[in-house]
Amino acid sequence: MDIEWFLILSALLFTIGFIGVLVRRNPVVILLCLELMLSAGALAFISFSRMLGNQDGQVFVLVVLVVAACEVVVGLGLVVAMFRRRLPLDVDEMKELKG
Amino acid sequence: MEQIAFFVGAIGALGGAIAVVSLKNPFYSVLALVIHLVFLAGIFLLLMAQFLAAALIVVYAGAVMVLYVFVAAYVGGIEEPKWDASPELRVIGPILAVALFVAIGVAVLGSGLSALGTPGPDDIPAGFGTPEAIGHLMLEDFLVAFEAASLLLLIAAVAAIVLAGRRREDRNKPARGEQA
Repeated sequence: MDIEWFLILSALLFTIGFIGVLVRRNPVVILLCLELMLSAGALAFISFSRMLGNQDGQVFVLVVLVVAACEVVVGLGLVVAMFRRRLPLDVDEMKELKG
Repeated sequence: MEQIAFFVGAIGALGGAIAVVSLKNPFYSVLALVIHLVFLAGIFLLLMAQFLAAALIVVYAGAVMVLYVFVAAYVGGIEEPKWDASPELRVIGPILAVALFVAIGVAVLGSGLSALGTPGPDDIPAGFGTPEAIGHLMLEDFLVAFEAASLLLLIAAVAAIVLAGRRREDRNKPARGEQA
């Protein structure tokens, strides 16, 4: 299987995640779409790692997984805090950063 | 055989991704992302990344998605009408997305990398992508990145407690749902 198939799949997944971040309004779904974009980046890293016969790219993906886990924890913490303060869970209405 | 596996994995991963974006209920979007990640792990196996495929299933589809499911259930299923972005984004969003896809495609396929059009080198080392090889790399060549990642996880754990924990002044006010 040629490498560019994997790269095109990665580009498609990244684009779908990008559309989701732009058009969805629920912060939980926006975080899910960010996960999609991160996993597309991981797929590109692994494709290039296979293409070069070098495993360094796979270590990068492991670090990306860690960063994604941190992003999820902070993002979902913010969603829970918004819910507790009775703010609307809609990014179009979150226009001010006051507590 | 490899082609069949790739196209099954690709259709599953793309279908899961489209479902994440288009389903109305965030709870179902989370479940669609689990399906997407399972198929993506299959594609990782085709690229000889066994350890990362296992890590993706265990850490992502297992642990992180449980966190998502709990939060989606806690804040309740807020259904959002389909294609309900602000009018500017409804027009600009797809245009930007197509432009992004074209840009990535041109950048990748026009890069002139010599391995494009081939399945990659055949003479890769025997233990490529196994936990043993990745572990050696992480703890020898990339030790600083490994320690930085552990520190980042610690900071994120503290941040989650600070952000989502109940504060003292909140206890006097009734929590959401108790009053209304």
